[in-house]
Amino acid sequence: MYKRLPESEQAMTGHAVAVTINGEPVHCRQGDSVAAALLAAGHADCRDTPVKGVARGPFCMMGVCYDCLVTIDGQPNQQGCMIQVRPGMVIERQQGARKVMA
Amino acid sequence: MIAIHTCELLVVGAGPAGLAAATLAAGLGVDTMLLDEQPSPGGQIYRAITSSPLRANKKILGEDYWSGESLIGPFQASGAKYEPGATVWAISRMTAPELAGGFEVGYSVGGEARMLHAKHVLLATGAQERPFPIPGWTLPGVITAGAAQILLKTAGVVPGDRTVLAGSGPLLYLVAWQYLNAGIKVDALLDTTPAGRLGKALPHVWGFLRSAYLAKGLKLLRAVKANIKVIQHVSAIEALGQDKLEAVRYTANGQQHTLQADQLMLHQGVIPNINLSQAVGVTLRWNDLLMCWEPQVDDWGNTNIDQIGIAGDGAGIAGAWAAEHRGRIAALEAARQLGKIDQARRDSMARPHIDAYARAVRGREFFDTMYQAPDPFRLPTGDTVVCRCEEVTAGQIRETVKLGCPGPNQMKSFLRCGMGPCQGRFCSVTVTELIADERGVSPEEVGHYRLRFPTKPLTLGELASLPQTDASRQAVVRLKKPV
Amino acid sequence: MSETDAGTLPPPRARHHKGIYDAVVIGGGLVGSAIAFGLRQCAEHIAVLDEGDVAFRASRGNFGLVWVQSKGMGMPAYGHWTMSSKELWPKLAERLQEITGLEVGLEQKGGLHPVLTEQEYESRIEFMNKLLSQPGMVQYDWKMLDRKELQDMVPGIGPEVVGATWTNVDGVANPLKMLRALHTAFDQQKLDYLPLHPVSEIDKINEVFELTTPHGIIRAHKVVLASGLSNQKLGEKVGLSIPVRPQRGQIVVLERTDRILHTPFSTLRQMDEGTWLIGDSQEEAGYADGVVGLPVLATLADRAARTIPALRSVRVVRSWSALRVMSKDGFPIYEQSTTYPGAFVATCHSGVTLAAAHALRIAPMVIEGSLPDDMSVFSTRRFHVQEAA
Repeated sequence: MYKRLPESEQAMTGHAVAVTINGEPVHCRQGDSVAAALLAAGHADCRDTPVKGVARGPFCMMGVCYDCLVTIDGQPNQQGCMIQVRPGMVIERQQGARKVMA
Repeated sequence: MIAIHTCELLVVGAGPAGLAAATLAAGLGVDTMLLDEQPSPGGQIYRAITSSPLRANKKILGEDYWSGESLIGPFQASGAKYEPGATVWAISRMTAPELAGGFEVGYSVGGEARMLHAKHVLLATGAQERPFPIPGWTLPGVITAGAAQILLKTAGVVPGDRTVLAGSGPLLYLVAWQYLNAGIKVDALLDTTPAGRLGKALPHVWGFLRSAYLAKGLKLLRAVKANIKVIQHVSAIEALGQDKLEAVRYTANGQQHTLQADQLMLHQGVIPNINLSQAVGVTLRWNDLLMCWEPQVDDWGNTNIDQIGIAGDGAGIAGAWAAEHRGRIAALEAARQLGKIDQARRDSMARPHIDAYARAVRGREFFDTMYQAPDPFRLPTGDTVVCRCEEVTAGQIRETVKLGCPGPNQMKSFLRCGMGPCQGRFCSVTVTELIADERGVSPEEVGHYRLRFPTKPLTLGELASLPQTDASRQAVVRLKKPV
Repeated sequence: MSETDAGTLPPPRARHHKGIYDAVVIGGGLVGSAIAFGLRQCAEHIAVLDEGDVAFRASRGNFGLVWVQSKGMGMPAYGHWTMSSKELWPKLAERLQEITGLEVGLEQKGGLHPVLTEQEYESRIEFMNKLLSQPGMVQYDWKMLDRKELQDMVPGIGPEVVGATWTNVDGVANPLKMLRALHTAFDQQKLDYLPLHPVSEIDKINEVFELTTPHGIIRAHKVVLASGLSNQKLGEKVGLSIPVRPQRGQIVVLERTDRILHTPFSTLRQMDEGTWLIGDSQEEAGYADGVVGLPVLATLADRAARTIPALRSVRVVRSWSALRVMSKDGFPIYEQSTTYPGAFVATCHSGVTLAAAHALRIAPMVIEGSLPDDMSVFSTRRFHVQEAA
């Protein structure tokens, strides 16, 4: 499990960004990546792989491993570590290969 | 139709090399654009330096990190153009005849494709973590030490209980030290540096003793060892768990132990980001000491491709200070090629940076020898995943070599390794080394993946929005199909 | 990759057979491998001599169509040849599966050729009519489907797709799975697949071919040149004049999605494992196979996005550029040398479609020692006729 340092908590006071993760409301810090928000909210995994259906989560946090793929506002396969949270963002764990037509 | 911007010099990457290069070039009157993937400048080593919540308590990250701020102000004042959040995925020689020379650069910002025309390109894309293929390294809960550091810097997010660090190299100890400064408990640091390495590195110790790394390195090491259980000479590590990490099993001095763990942070050095360089045609060569592919560059950062230069860790791992100086040297060369300064001026302006670079790399050979990633952690076997994207194992790769597959490109055709979205970033060195191991030849002999644009994924819609030509339509639509 | 001189070569792969081979195939791509597989079903000692890891390798850029429609304009015999391969394909797939346990993704449920403007629509109908009315042409049913009929067949077909020609004789296979299956079969059946054995000389001494490679001389009673663009140079050594040129083709690959497209287009297909392939371009770009041209990728992407608009948000994960092996008229070349009997050439640019014909018809012809009369239309003599005309 991950947690926020007091300095991170402080930065959130009054400026928290409200998102949902798998339907649950979560508050995060403006400037957090989606991947950081996921980990801080206790989610080590964000998807099941398309090849073997095994669970994966963020790994490199710098946009090169493509393991932190997650569905954001209905768009699948977004790199969580490269996208910053926005108010009202809907973040969902994804399962296997994406669907072409929703 | 998408807008096309132009510039004389495109710098890719806003780490120390890119920032220093763009600042200097713009100062010499070069029309400079800096494109970087991250939302703010600093690259990875100085990640989030303008936005980190830890500014309130600078002791956590330490003064080396905060010293990077000295690059930001001058860059912002330099007049160089800057686009953050920009992922470059193609650099191609101009095809339109009226735009003589130069490059068409395809990149994306916020899911929208853009194009840029640049006369000269300087790649400063830095480094990435070396793969660390152990059983279970793909389990949720296992991340790189670099990732742990990014969480700390960008978001002030830290691990809770049951955290283990593992691997070798200064970055691992740096993260441990930063965690200590933040009051975070680490259960153990499993050091995989083999016994006897110090002896092997000792011939290079003179350089290390004269380097700036020595004093701060020893202080850091002492603090970590005093406060965290450090286990030396770890020869095997496995991450265990069903759908996520639950425990770490390791062998040290012939004995096996298991630690309950929720977080495992792995690190065994960094390797240059070579995908963009390779796709644009830069020749790579295998560095036997650092055991990775490096682009071939001369002292000015020039490559075998005209008007494409490389600076910083992306040209060869040498650390943040070296990167800055190399960036400036390459910028001077770019300015010369663009006709802003002559050779004499370039040479005289470069002298202090060349000297500074020489000082900055003092001691590297010692480190590089000491912390060379050991064989068991570079040459996996059996069910250990090698290609994370396509879930190809070490056993499958080794078996396919036995079927007669001589190199990584054939291997890709057989097993799909390297075909996923990461395009071989986390499997390339492992695949090359496994093939070399099985065939009994050198990695240089085996070769590397051949890459093509796009070097990072973009949507079909974005690709479709790029300009087409009569020739491209004729090549595809061909109203009269021959066969 | 570095050059090594002959004195410091890494050791070659061990050979099962040390004596004279019944037949050796030069070239380990789809054409060479299919022929070699077929040869091994007829004879015991077969070898494939292949290059290294970085070679032109047209096979790696292959789209994987097992395609009949559109083939044979100007050479009806090619239409027949293609159809015969299509009909033999299930047998090839079955035989491979028996030997290796691997399947190669063969799907023969028909295929579509899309048209995106009225001009293309008219032009396509004219073309297909002309194609099938050639004297001696193989006959098969085809139909220009209108939008309504297409909508039933392809979920999410784009509003700009005016129509598509459909036949039920078209199909697809997975070219990478094929290569893997063939190589596995080589291993199971103790065929000597020898990479890093480029051939620099071919001599015939006392009725036996002697092939010079960096690892020594390989001897064979028969030799098949199936090395794509290198066939031209090698052909000269055995009295064969093989005019081939490179023609670049680029394809775009999309990430895996759920499987929604079961009927392949000639320009857009979804693989059995969920990725998408978009093709195909034809560019006379010389030997520049390492370079991917952005405008061509844009046109490919644009047409694919018009064909199935929902693909717009799906990600391009890589592109590929490979060099087709093009003869003067685009048709295959199969020929036995008259001055060096026993030396054959086989070249084409439809390596997957013709794989079954190569394995199950060409290979037995090679063992037999002659190409029947109805194959003479594929010999290079046709170029002399064309020139004389």
